[in-house]
Amino acid sequence: MRYSAFKVIKEALTGHRGWGPAWRDADPKPEYDTIIIGGGGHGLATAYYLAKIYGGQRIAVIEKGWIGGGNVGRNTTIIRSNYLLDGNEPFYEFSLKLWEGLEQDLNYNAMVSQRGILNLIHTDAQRDAFIRRGNAMILNGADADLLSTAQIKKRYPFLNTDNARFPIKGGLAQHRGGTVRHDAVAWGYARGADMHGVDIIQNCEVTGFLIEDGVCKGVETSRGTIKAKKVASCVAGSSSRLMDKAGMRLPIESHVLQAFVSEGLKPLLPGVITFGAGHFYCSQSDKGGLVFGGDIDGYNSYAQRGNLPVVEDVCEGGMAIFPMLGRARLLRMWGGIMDMSMDGSPIIDKTHIDGLYFNGGWCYGGFKATPASGYVYAHLLATDTPHKTATAYRFDRFAKGLMIDEKGQGNQPNLH
Amino acid sequence: MIINHPLLGPRDSAEFTYMGDASLIHRPDWQAGDAVAQFVEYGYQRANPAGLHRELWFHEGGDRSWLVVTRNTVTHEITSVELARDVARAEGRSK
Ligand SMILES: Cc1cc2nc3c(=O)[nH]c(=O)nc-3n(C[C@H](O)[C@H](O)[C@H](O)COP(=O)(O)OP(=O)(O)OC[C@H]3O[C@@H](n4cnc5c(N)ncnc54)[C@H](O)[C@@H]3O)c2cc1C
Repeated sequence: MRYSAFKVIKEALTGHRGWGPAWRDADPKPEYDTIIIGGGGHGLATAYYLAKIYGGQRIAVIEKGWIGGGNVGRNTTIIRSNYLLDGNEPFYEFSLKLWEGLEQDLNYNAMVSQRGILNLIHTDAQRDAFIRRGNAMILNGADADLLSTAQIKKRYPFLNTDNARFPIKGGLAQHRGGTVRHDAVAWGYARGADMHGVDIIQNCEVTGFLIEDGVCKGVETSRGTIKAKKVASCVAGSSSRLMDKAGMRLPIESHVLQAFVSEGLKPLLPGVITFGAGHFYCSQSDKGGLVFGGDIDGYNSYAQRGNLPVVEDVCEGGMAIFPMLGRARLLRMWGGIMDMSMDGSPIIDKTHIDGLYFNGGWCYGGFKATPASGYVYAHLLATDTPHKTATAYRFDRFAKGLMIDEKGQGNQPNLH
Repeated sequence: MIINHPLLGPRDSAEFTYMGDASLIHRPDWQAGDAVAQFVEYGYQRANPAGLHRELWFHEGGDRSWLVVTRNTVTHEITSVELARDVARAEGRSK
Protein backbone atom coordinates (compact mmCIF):
# COMPACT_ATOMS: atom_id res chain seq x y z
CA MET A 1 0.00 0.00 0.00
CA ARG A 2 1.36 3.41 -0.98
CA TYR A 3 0.94 6.23 1.51
CA SER A 4 -0.17 9.58 0.10
CA ALA A 5 -2.21 12.67 0.98
CA PHE A 6 -5.01 11.23 -1.14
CA LYS A 7 -4.95 8.00 0.89
CA VAL A 8 -5.08 9.94 4.18
CA ILE A 9 -8.15 11.89 3.03
CA LYS A 10 -9.83 8.77 1.69
CA GLU A 11 -9.26 6.90 4.95
CA ALA A 12 -10.46 9.87 7.01
CA LEU A 13 -13.75 9.81 5.09
CA THR A 14 -14.21 6.03 5.32
CA GLY A 15 -13.54 5.46 9.01
CA HIS A 16 -9.87 4.40 8.72
CA ARG A 17 -10.77 0.84 7.83
CA GLY A 18 -8.30 0.47 4.97
CA TRP A 19 -4.97 0.72 6.81
CA GLY A 20 -3.26 -2.65 6.99
CA PRO A 21 -0.17 -3.54 9.02
CA ALA A 22 2.99 -1.89 7.62
CA TRP A 23 4.86 -5.21 7.42
CA ARG A 24 4.19 -8.94 7.87
CA ASP A 25 5.27 -10.58 11.14
CA ALA A 26 6.84 -13.58 9.35
CA ASP A 27 7.56 -17.07 10.69
CA PRO A 28 10.98 -18.54 9.95
CA LYS A 29 11.38 -20.74 6.87
CA PRO A 30 13.91 -23.61 6.91
CA GLU A 31 16.26 -21.89 4.48
CA TYR A 32 17.20 -18.50 3.01
CA ASP A 33 19.87 -17.12 0.69
CA THR A 34 20.84 -14.43 3.20
CA ILE A 35 20.07 -14.10 6.89
CA ILE A 36 20.63 -10.75 8.58
CA ILE A 37 20.89 -11.02 12.35
CA GLY A 38 19.52 -7.98 14.21
CA GLY A 39 16.40 -5.95 13.45
CA GLY A 40 17.86 -2.58 14.31
CA GLY A 41 18.21 0.27 11.85
CA HIS A 42 21.29 -1.21 10.20
CA GLY A 43 19.90 -4.73 9.81
CA LEU A 44 16.62 -3.52 8.34
CA ALA A 45 18.36 -1.05 6.02
CA THR A 46 20.69 -3.82 4.85
CA ALA A 47 17.72 -6.07 4.04
CA TYR A 48 15.95 -3.24 2.23
CA TYR A 49 18.87 -2.32 -0.04
CA LEU A 50 19.85 -5.94 -0.61
CA ALA A 51 16.34 -6.80 -1.76
CA LYS A 52 15.77 -3.60 -3.68
CA ILE A 53 19.10 -3.13 -5.46
CA TYR A 54 20.40 -6.67 -5.83
CA GLY A 55 17.04 -8.49 -5.86
CA GLY A 56 16.20 -12.09 -6.57
CA GLN A 57 17.15 -13.39 -3.13
CA ARG A 58 15.34 -15.01 -0.26
CA ILE A 59 16.23 -12.75 2.68
CA ALA A 60 15.32 -12.82 6.36
CA VAL A 61 15.98 -10.39 9.21
CA ILE A 62 16.11 -12.23 12.53
CA GLU A 63 15.47 -10.17 15.65
CA LYS A 64 15.61 -11.50 19.20
CA GLY A 65 13.03 -9.02 20.54
CA TRP A 66 10.93 -6.66 18.45
CA ILE A 67 12.36 -4.52 15.67
CA GLY A 68 13.48 -1.10 16.81
CA GLY A 69 13.86 -2.14 20.46
CA GLY A 70 17.65 -1.71 20.41
CA ASN A 71 19.75 1.37 19.87
CA VAL A 72 17.81 2.53 16.85
CA GLY A 73 14.96 3.31 19.24
CA ARG A 74 17.19 4.64 22.03
CA ASN A 75 19.43 7.19 20.38
CA THR A 76 19.28 10.97 20.34
CA THR A 77 18.50 11.01 16.59
CA ILE A 78 21.28 13.29 15.35
CA ILE A 79 22.46 13.00 11.75
CA ARG A 80 25.54 14.79 10.38
CA SER A 81 28.61 14.20 8.23
CA ASN A 82 31.21 16.32 10.02
CA TYR A 83 34.13 13.89 10.15
CA LEU A 84 37.78 14.63 9.45
CA LEU A 85 39.43 11.45 8.15
CA ASP A 86 39.39 10.07 4.62
CA GLY A 87 38.31 6.63 5.84
CA ASN A 88 35.16 8.16 7.35
CA GLU A 89 34.00 11.36 5.69
CA PRO A 90 33.01 10.01 2.22
CA PHE A 91 30.98 7.29 3.95
CA TYR A 92 29.13 9.66 6.29
CA GLU A 93 28.48 12.16 3.50
CA PHE A 94 27.07 9.31 1.39
CA SER A 95 24.82 8.52 4.35
CA LEU A 96 23.63 12.13 4.69
CA LYS A 97 22.77 12.20 0.97
CA LEU A 98 20.77 8.99 1.41
CA TRP A 99 18.91 10.60 4.35
CA GLU A 100 18.01 13.51 2.08
CA GLY A 101 16.17 11.21 -0.33
CA LEU A 102 15.05 8.59 2.17
CA GLU A 103 11.42 9.52 2.68
CA GLN A 104 10.65 9.61 -1.06
CA ASP A 105 12.56 6.38 -1.56
CA LEU A 106 10.70 4.59 1.25
CA ASN A 107 7.37 6.38 0.78
CA TYR A 108 7.46 6.81 4.57
CA ASN A 109 7.56 9.89 6.77
CA ALA A 110 10.74 9.52 8.86
CA MET A 111 10.60 13.21 9.88
CA VAL A 112 14.06 13.94 8.47
CA SER A 113 14.65 17.49 9.66
CA GLN A 114 17.76 19.29 8.42
CA ARG A 115 17.67 21.87 11.19
CA GLY A 116 21.46 22.10 11.34
CA ILE A 117 24.11 21.14 13.85
CA LEU A 118 26.50 23.55 15.56
CA ASN A 119 29.72 22.45 17.28
CA LEU A 120 30.80 25.20 19.67
CA ILE A 121 34.39 26.44 19.83
CA HIS A 122 35.91 27.57 23.14
CA THR A 123 39.63 28.00 22.46
CA ASP A 124 41.88 29.19 19.65
CA ALA A 125 43.36 25.71 19.24
CA GLN A 126 39.90 24.28 18.88
CA ARG A 127 39.07 26.84 16.20
CA ASP A 128 42.14 25.72 14.22
CA ALA A 129 41.10 22.08 14.53
CA PHE A 130 37.53 22.86 13.46
CA ILE A 131 38.68 24.89 10.46
CA ARG A 132 40.74 21.90 9.39
CA ARG A 133 37.80 19.61 9.85
CA GLY A 134 35.49 21.98 7.96
CA ASN A 135 37.92 22.02 5.05
CA ALA A 136 38.08 18.21 5.03
CA MET A 137 34.29 18.13 4.94
CA ILE A 138 34.11 20.58 2.02
CA LEU A 139 36.76 18.61 0.12
CA ASN A 140 34.49 15.58 0.43
CA GLY A 141 31.44 17.39 -0.90
CA ALA A 142 29.83 18.12 2.48
CA ASP A 143 28.87 21.58 3.76
CA ALA A 144 30.63 23.37 6.61
CA ASP A 145 30.28 26.92 7.84
CA LEU A 146 32.48 28.64 10.41
CA LEU A 147 30.36 30.98 12.54
CA SER A 148 31.54 33.92 14.64
CA THR A 149 30.38 34.52 18.20
CA ALA A 150 28.18 37.37 16.95
CA GLN A 151 26.45 35.10 14.42
CA ILE A 152 25.90 32.50 17.12
CA LYS A 153 24.49 35.08 19.56
CA LYS A 154 22.01 36.20 16.96
CA ARG A 155 20.75 32.70 16.23
CA TYR A 156 20.93 31.34 19.79
CA PRO A 157 20.47 34.34 22.13
CA PHE A 158 20.07 32.09 25.16
CA LEU A 159 23.60 30.62 24.98
CA ASN A 160 26.00 31.77 27.67
CA THR A 161 28.79 33.08 25.43
CA ASP A 162 30.69 34.74 28.31
CA ASN A 163 31.13 31.79 30.65
CA ALA A 164 34.36 32.54 32.55
CA ARG A 165 35.88 29.10 31.95
CA PHE A 166 34.32 28.17 28.62
CA PRO A 167 33.59 31.35 26.63
CA ILE A 168 32.05 30.63 23.21
CA LYS A 169 34.53 31.76 20.57
CA GLY A 170 32.60 30.61 17.53
CA GLY A 171 31.32 27.40 16.06
CA LEU A 172 31.45 25.02 13.13
CA ALA A 173 28.00 24.58 11.62
CA GLN A 174 26.75 21.94 9.24
CA HIS A 175 23.40 23.25 8.06
CA ARG A 176 22.46 19.98 6.34
CA GLY A 177 22.78 18.07 9.61
CA GLY A 178 19.77 17.62 11.86
CA THR A 179 17.51 15.02 13.42
CA VAL A 180 15.29 12.14 12.26
CA ARG A 181 12.45 10.34 14.02
CA HIS A 182 14.39 7.23 15.04
CA ASP A 183 11.55 4.68 15.39
CA ALA A 184 10.21 5.73 12.00
CA VAL A 185 13.55 4.80 10.46
CA ALA A 186 13.19 1.23 11.71
CA TRP A 187 9.54 1.05 10.68
CA GLY A 188 10.12 2.66 7.29
CA TYR A 189 12.95 0.30 6.38
CA ALA A 190 10.96 -2.68 7.71
CA ARG A 191 8.01 -1.74 5.54
CA GLY A 192 10.23 -1.17 2.51
CA ALA A 193 12.05 -4.48 3.01
CA ASP A 194 8.77 -6.32 3.51
CA MET A 195 7.41 -4.89 0.26
CA HIS A 196 10.45 -6.38 -1.48
CA GLY A 197 9.70 -9.80 -0.01
CA VAL A 198 12.00 -9.84 3.03
CA ASP A 199 10.83 -11.96 5.99
CA ILE A 200 11.06 -9.99 9.24
CA ILE A 201 11.16 -12.55 12.03
CA GLN A 202 10.73 -11.18 15.54
CA ASN A 203 11.15 -12.87 18.94
CA CYS A 204 13.75 -15.17 17.45
CA GLU A 205 17.18 -15.11 19.08
CA VAL A 206 20.24 -16.41 17.28
CA THR A 207 21.91 -18.80 19.73
CA GLY A 208 24.64 -20.28 17.56
CA PHE A 209 26.09 -20.70 14.08
CA LEU A 210 26.20 -23.77 11.86
CA ILE A 211 29.85 -23.83 10.92
CA GLU A 212 31.29 -26.80 8.99
CA ASP A 213 34.90 -26.86 7.80
CA GLY A 214 35.27 -23.11 8.10
CA VAL A 215 32.05 -22.39 6.21
CA CYS A 216 28.97 -20.86 7.83
CA LYS A 217 25.83 -22.62 6.64
CA GLY A 218 23.16 -21.10 8.83
CA VAL A 219 22.14 -20.27 12.38
CA GLU A 220 20.63 -21.93 15.42
CA THR A 221 17.80 -19.88 16.86
CA SER A 222 15.29 -20.03 19.68
CA ARG A 223 12.81 -21.00 16.95
CA GLY A 224 14.88 -23.73 15.37
CA THR A 225 17.67 -24.14 12.83
CA ILE A 226 17.65 -21.88 9.78
CA LYS A 227 19.99 -22.55 6.89
CA ALA A 228 21.49 -19.84 4.71
CA LYS A 229 24.19 -19.29 2.11
CA LYS A 230 25.23 -16.06 3.77
CA VAL A 231 24.85 -14.95 7.38
CA ALA A 232 25.29 -11.28 8.25
CA SER A 233 25.77 -10.17 11.85
CA CYS A 234 24.36 -6.71 12.55
CA VAL A 235 23.68 -6.55 16.29
CA ALA A 236 25.47 -3.36 17.43
CA GLY A 237 26.03 -3.54 21.22
CA SER A 238 25.61 -7.33 21.26
CA SER A 239 28.35 -7.92 18.67
CA SER A 240 30.89 -9.55 20.99
CA ARG A 241 28.25 -11.75 22.58
CA LEU A 242 27.05 -13.02 19.21
CA MET A 243 30.41 -13.45 17.47
CA ASP A 244 31.69 -15.33 20.51
CA LYS A 245 29.34 -18.11 19.38
CA ALA A 246 31.40 -18.29 16.18
CA GLY A 247 34.56 -18.42 18.27
CA MET A 248 35.59 -14.85 17.42
CA ARG A 249 36.97 -12.13 19.67
CA LEU A 250 36.40 -8.58 18.44
CA PRO A 251 38.24 -5.26 18.81
CA ILE A 252 35.19 -4.01 20.69
CA GLU A 253 34.06 -3.22 24.25
CA SER A 254 30.38 -2.73 25.07
CA HIS A 255 29.65 0.46 27.02
CA VAL A 256 26.47 2.15 28.21
CA LEU A 257 25.46 5.59 26.87
CA GLN A 258 22.66 7.51 28.55
CA ALA A 259 20.14 9.93 27.06
CA PHE A 260 17.73 12.39 28.66
CA VAL A 261 14.50 14.16 27.73
CA SER A 262 12.98 17.14 29.53
CA GLU A 263 9.29 17.97 29.85
CA GLY A 264 7.74 19.41 26.70
CA LEU A 265 8.54 23.09 26.14
CA LYS A 266 7.54 25.63 23.53
CA PRO A 267 9.87 25.78 20.50
CA LEU A 268 13.12 27.39 21.63
CA LEU A 269 16.04 25.44 20.22
CA PRO A 270 16.24 25.67 16.43
CA GLY A 271 18.93 23.03 15.81
CA VAL A 272 21.41 20.70 17.43
CA ILE A 273 24.10 22.24 19.64
CA THR A 274 27.19 20.51 21.00
CA PHE A 275 29.41 21.82 23.81
CA GLY A 276 33.09 21.84 22.85
CA ALA A 277 34.68 21.86 26.31
CA GLY A 278 32.90 18.85 27.78
CA HIS A 279 30.40 16.22 26.83
CA PHE A 280 26.96 17.70 26.24
CA TYR A 281 24.71 18.01 23.21
CA CYS A 282 21.10 19.00 22.86
CA SER A 283 18.23 19.33 20.41
CA GLN A 284 14.50 19.82 20.80
CA SER A 285 12.10 17.15 19.62
CA ASP A 286 8.98 18.02 17.66
CA LYS A 287 6.97 17.20 20.79
CA GLY A 288 8.89 19.93 22.62
CA GLY A 289 11.15 17.89 24.89
CA LEU A 290 14.80 18.88 25.08
CA VAL A 291 16.71 15.75 24.06
CA PHE A 292 20.24 15.69 25.42
CA GLY A 293 23.15 13.48 26.27
CA GLY A 294 26.87 13.37 26.84
CA ASP A 295 29.65 10.90 27.43
CA ILE A 296 29.45 7.13 27.85
CA ASP A 297 29.65 5.90 31.46
CA GLY A 298 33.09 4.50 30.68
CA TYR A 299 33.13 0.89 31.89
CA ASN A 300 32.03 -2.32 30.14
CA SER A 301 28.28 -2.71 30.50
CA TYR A 302 25.36 -4.62 29.04
CA ALA A 303 22.89 -3.17 31.55
CA GLN A 304 21.03 -0.64 29.33
CA ARG A 305 21.06 1.76 32.28
CA GLY A 306 23.76 4.04 33.56
CA ASN A 307 24.92 5.59 36.81
CA LEU A 308 24.68 9.01 38.43
CA PRO A 309 28.20 10.46 37.94
CA VAL A 310 27.54 10.82 34.20
CA VAL A 311 24.13 12.37 34.84
CA GLU A 312 25.88 15.04 36.92
CA ASP A 313 28.58 15.53 34.29
CA VAL A 314 26.06 15.93 31.46
CA CYS A 315 23.97 18.41 33.44
CA GLU A 316 27.05 20.46 34.37
CA GLY A 317 28.02 20.65 30.71
CA GLY A 318 24.52 21.74 29.83
CA MET A 319 24.41 24.44 32.51
CA ALA A 320 27.76 25.84 31.38
CA ILE A 321 26.45 26.92 27.97
CA PHE A 322 22.75 26.72 28.42
CA PRO A 323 21.76 28.11 31.85
CA MET A 324 18.02 28.07 31.11
CA LEU A 325 18.21 24.26 31.11
CA GLY A 326 18.25 24.43 34.90
CA ARG A 327 14.59 25.48 34.89
CA ALA A 328 13.41 22.48 32.86
CA ARG A 329 12.40 19.27 34.59
CA LEU A 330 13.76 15.94 33.46
CA LEU A 331 11.05 13.64 32.17
CA ARG A 332 12.84 10.47 31.17
CA MET A 333 16.32 8.99 30.97
CA TRP A 334 17.58 5.66 29.67
CA GLY A 335 20.66 3.88 28.37
CA GLY A 336 21.73 1.85 25.37
CA ILE A 337 24.67 -0.46 24.81
CA MET A 338 27.33 0.88 22.47
CA ASP A 339 29.71 -1.30 20.50
CA MET A 340 32.80 0.84 21.21
CA SER A 341 35.61 -0.12 18.86
CA MET A 342 39.33 0.25 19.44
CA ASP A 343 39.69 3.26 17.12
CA GLY A 344 36.19 4.70 17.36
CA SER A 345 35.27 3.66 13.81
CA PRO A 346 33.10 0.81 12.54
CA ILE A 347 33.89 -2.52 10.88
CA ILE A 348 31.98 -3.75 7.80
CA ASP A 349 33.78 -6.79 6.51
CA LYS A 350 33.85 -10.51 5.80
CA THR A 351 35.09 -12.68 8.64
CA HIS A 352 37.66 -15.46 8.31
CA ILE A 353 34.70 -17.87 8.24
CA ASP A 354 33.29 -18.23 4.70
CA GLY A 355 29.70 -17.04 4.44
CA LEU A 356 29.82 -15.11 7.73
CA TYR A 357 29.86 -11.31 7.55
CA PHE A 358 30.16 -8.64 10.20
CA ASN A 359 28.86 -5.10 10.68
CA GLY A 360 29.48 -3.38 14.02
CA GLY A 361 31.68 -1.13 16.13
CA TRP A 362 29.40 1.89 15.65
CA CYS A 363 30.19 3.47 19.00
CA TYR A 364 27.68 6.22 19.85
CA GLY A 365 27.40 7.44 16.26
CA GLY A 366 25.73 4.72 14.26
CA PHE A 367 22.29 6.22 13.84
CA LYS A 368 23.41 8.79 11.28
CA ALA A 369 25.16 5.94 9.45
CA THR A 370 22.03 3.79 9.14
CA PRO A 371 21.25 4.30 5.40
CA ALA A 372 24.87 4.06 4.24
CA SER A 373 25.64 1.17 6.57
CA GLY A 374 22.74 -0.79 5.11
CA TYR A 375 23.68 0.19 1.58
CA VAL A 376 27.35 -0.75 1.77
CA TYR A 377 26.68 -3.91 3.78
CA ALA A 378 24.18 -5.01 1.11
CA HIS A 379 26.88 -4.27 -1.48
CA LEU A 380 29.39 -6.42 0.41
CA LEU A 381 26.89 -9.26 0.84
CA ALA A 382 25.88 -9.23 -2.82
CA THR A 383 29.27 -8.71 -4.46
CA ASP A 384 31.82 -9.87 -1.85
CA THR A 385 33.71 -6.61 -2.41
CA PRO A 386 33.56 -3.51 -0.22
CA HIS A 387 31.59 -0.49 -1.42
CA LYS A 388 33.88 2.35 -2.46
CA THR A 389 32.96 4.48 0.57
CA ALA A 390 33.66 1.64 3.03
CA THR A 391 37.02 0.23 1.96
CA ALA A 392 38.72 1.30 5.20
CA TYR A 393 36.30 -0.47 7.57
CA ARG A 394 38.26 -3.72 7.63
CA PHE A 395 39.02 -6.15 10.44
CA ASP A 396 42.72 -6.24 9.63
CA ARG A 397 43.26 -2.49 9.97
CA PHE A 398 44.36 -2.91 13.61
CA ALA A 399 47.05 -5.45 12.76
CA LYS A 400 48.20 -3.34 9.83
CA GLY A 401 48.27 -0.03 11.69
CA LEU A 402 45.58 1.53 9.49
CA MET A 403 43.39 2.77 12.33
CA ILE A 404 40.69 5.37 11.64
CA ASP A 405 41.02 7.27 14.90
CA GLU A 406 39.18 10.62 14.55
CA LYS A 407 40.23 11.81 17.99
CA GLY A 408 43.71 10.28 18.06
CA GLN A 409 42.98 8.52 21.35
CA GLY A 410 44.56 5.13 20.71
CA ASN A 411 43.18 1.71 21.56
CA GLN A 412 41.16 2.79 24.60
CA PRO A 413 37.47 2.39 23.68
CA ASN A 414 36.08 4.57 26.47
CA LEU A 415 38.00 7.60 25.18
CA HIS A 416 36.49 7.62 21.68
CA MET B 1 28.85 2.25 41.84
CA ILE B 2 30.80 1.79 45.07
CA ILE B 3 34.18 0.08 44.87
CA ASN B 4 35.28 -1.52 48.12
CA HIS B 5 38.98 -0.63 48.03
CA PRO B 6 41.06 -3.27 49.87
CA LEU B 7 43.06 -0.58 51.72
CA LEU B 8 40.69 2.38 51.92
CA GLY B 9 37.23 0.83 52.17
CA PRO B 10 34.16 1.81 50.13
CA ARG B 11 34.88 4.55 47.55
CA ASP B 12 32.77 6.19 44.84
CA SER B 13 33.67 4.78 41.40
CA ALA B 14 33.88 8.38 40.13
CA GLU B 15 37.26 8.61 41.94
CA PHE B 16 38.64 5.96 39.56
CA THR B 17 39.75 5.75 35.95
CA TYR B 18 38.71 2.65 34.06
CA MET B 19 41.29 0.76 31.99
CA GLY B 20 39.46 -2.35 30.77
CA ASP B 21 39.98 -6.11 30.85
CA ALA B 22 42.39 -7.29 33.58
CA SER B 23 44.08 -9.55 31.03
CA LEU B 24 46.07 -6.40 30.20
CA ILE B 25 48.25 -7.38 33.18
CA HIS B 26 49.72 -10.06 30.96
CA ARG B 27 51.80 -8.06 28.52
CA PRO B 28 53.23 -10.46 25.88
CA ASP B 29 56.91 -11.28 25.66
CA TRP B 30 58.40 -8.92 23.08
CA GLN B 31 61.06 -11.48 22.21
CA ALA B 32 58.62 -14.27 21.35
CA GLY B 33 58.67 -15.48 17.76
CA ASP B 34 55.05 -14.45 17.23
CA ALA B 35 55.34 -11.28 19.31
CA VAL B 36 53.57 -9.14 16.68
CA ALA B 37 50.53 -11.41 16.56
CA GLN B 38 50.49 -11.57 20.36
CA PHE B 39 50.62 -7.79 20.67
CA VAL B 40 47.78 -7.33 18.16
CA GLU B 41 45.71 -9.71 20.25
CA TYR B 42 46.78 -7.99 23.50
CA GLY B 43 46.26 -4.46 22.24
CA TYR B 44 43.04 -4.82 20.30
CA GLN B 45 41.04 -7.99 20.86
CA ARG B 46 38.75 -8.27 23.87
CA ALA B 47 36.50 -10.99 25.33
CA ASN B 48 33.93 -8.32 26.30
CA PRO B 49 31.67 -10.76 28.18
CA ALA B 50 28.09 -10.19 29.33
CA GLY B 51 28.39 -11.34 32.93
CA LEU B 52 31.42 -11.54 35.23
CA HIS B 53 34.29 -9.33 34.06
CA ARG B 54 37.68 -8.87 35.73
CA GLU B 55 38.80 -5.34 35.00
CA LEU B 56 41.40 -2.74 35.91
CA TRP B 57 40.46 0.42 37.79
CA PHE B 58 43.05 3.09 38.68
CA HIS B 59 42.39 5.09 41.86
CA GLU B 60 43.36 8.37 40.25
CA GLY B 61 41.44 10.56 42.68
CA GLY B 62 42.73 8.61 45.68
CA ASP B 63 45.79 6.56 46.58
CA ARG B 64 46.72 5.93 42.91
CA SER B 65 46.72 2.18 43.31
CA TRP B 66 45.61 -0.16 40.52
CA LEU B 67 42.79 -2.54 41.40
CA VAL B 68 41.35 -5.65 39.80
CA VAL B 69 37.58 -5.43 40.20
CA THR B 70 35.32 -8.38 39.44
CA ARG B 71 32.02 -6.94 38.30
CA ASN B 72 28.94 -8.26 36.54
CA THR B 73 28.51 -6.25 33.33
CA VAL B 74 24.80 -7.08 33.20
CA THR B 75 23.90 -5.92 36.73
CA HIS B 76 26.94 -3.75 37.66
CA GLU B 77 27.26 -5.77 40.89
CA ILE B 78 30.83 -5.89 42.21
CA THR B 79 31.79 -9.17 43.86
CA SER B 80 35.50 -8.83 44.50
CA VAL B 81 38.14 -6.10 44.65
CA GLU B 82 41.86 -6.91 44.82
CA LEU B 83 45.07 -4.93 44.51
CA ALA B 84 46.32 -5.42 40.96
CA ARG B 85 49.80 -5.86 42.43
CA ASP B 86 48.67 -8.93 44.40
CA VAL B 87 46.85 -10.37 41.39
CA ALA B 88 49.84 -9.85 39.11
CA ARG B 89 52.22 -11.48 41.61
CA ALA B 90 49.87 -14.41 42.16
CA GLU B 91 49.70 -14.88 38.38
CA GLY B 92 53.47 -14.88 38.09
CA ARG B 93 54.18 -11.30 36.97
CA SER B 94 56.75 -8.79 38.34
CA LYS B 95 58.43 -11.13 40.81
C1 LIG C 1 21.58 7.02 24.17
C2 LIG C 1 22.08 6.87 22.77
C3 LIG C 1 22.22 8.00 21.96
C4 LIG C 1 22.70 7.90 20.66
N1 LIG C 1 22.73 9.03 19.89
C5 LIG C 1 23.10 8.94 18.59
C6 LIG C 1 23.03 10.10 17.76
O1 LIG C 1 22.58 11.18 18.18
N2 LIG C 1 23.46 9.99 16.48
C7 LIG C 1 23.94 8.82 15.99
O2 LIG C 1 24.34 8.79 14.84
N3 LIG C 1 23.99 7.69 16.75
C8 LIG C 1 23.57 7.73 18.04
N4 LIG C 1 23.59 6.59 18.82
C9 LIG C 1 24.14 5.33 18.27
C10 LIG C 1 23.13 4.54 17.42
O3 LIG C 1 21.90 4.47 18.06
C11 LIG C 1 23.68 3.13 17.16
O4 LIG C 1 25.03 3.18 16.72
C12 LIG C 1 22.88 2.39 16.07
O5 LIG C 1 21.50 2.50 16.31
C13 LIG C 1 23.32 0.94 16.03
O6 LIG C 1 22.78 0.22 14.94
P1 LIG C 1 21.34 -0.51 14.97
O7 LIG C 1 20.27 0.51 14.82
O8 LIG C 1 21.36 -1.55 13.94
O9 LIG C 1 21.34 -1.14 16.43
P2 LIG C 1 20.17 -1.80 17.30
O10 LIG C 1 18.89 -1.06 17.14
O11 LIG C 1 20.70 -1.97 18.68
O12 LIG C 1 20.00 -3.21 16.58
C14 LIG C 1 20.62 -4.41 16.95
C15 LIG C 1 19.54 -5.44 17.11
O13 LIG C 1 20.10 -6.73 17.21
C16 LIG C 1 19.29 -7.50 18.05
N5 LIG C 1 20.05 -8.66 18.54
C17 LIG C 1 21.08 -8.69 19.41
N6 LIG C 1 21.51 -9.94 19.62
C18 LIG C 1 20.73 -10.75 18.85
C19 LIG C 1 20.68 -12.16 18.64
N7 LIG C 1 21.52 -13.01 19.27
N8 LIG C 1 19.73 -12.65 17.78
C20 LIG C 1 18.87 -11.82 17.15
N9 LIG C 1 18.87 -10.46 17.32
C21 LIG C 1 19.79 -9.94 18.16
C22 LIG C 1 18.90 -6.53 19.15
O14 LIG C 1 17.74 -6.95 19.85
C23 LIG C 1 18.69 -5.24 18.36
O15 LIG C 1 17.35 -5.01 18.01
C24 LIG C 1 23.10 6.64 20.15
C25 LIG C 1 22.97 5.51 20.94
C26 LIG C 1 22.43 5.61 22.24
C27 LIG C 1 22.25 4.37 23.07
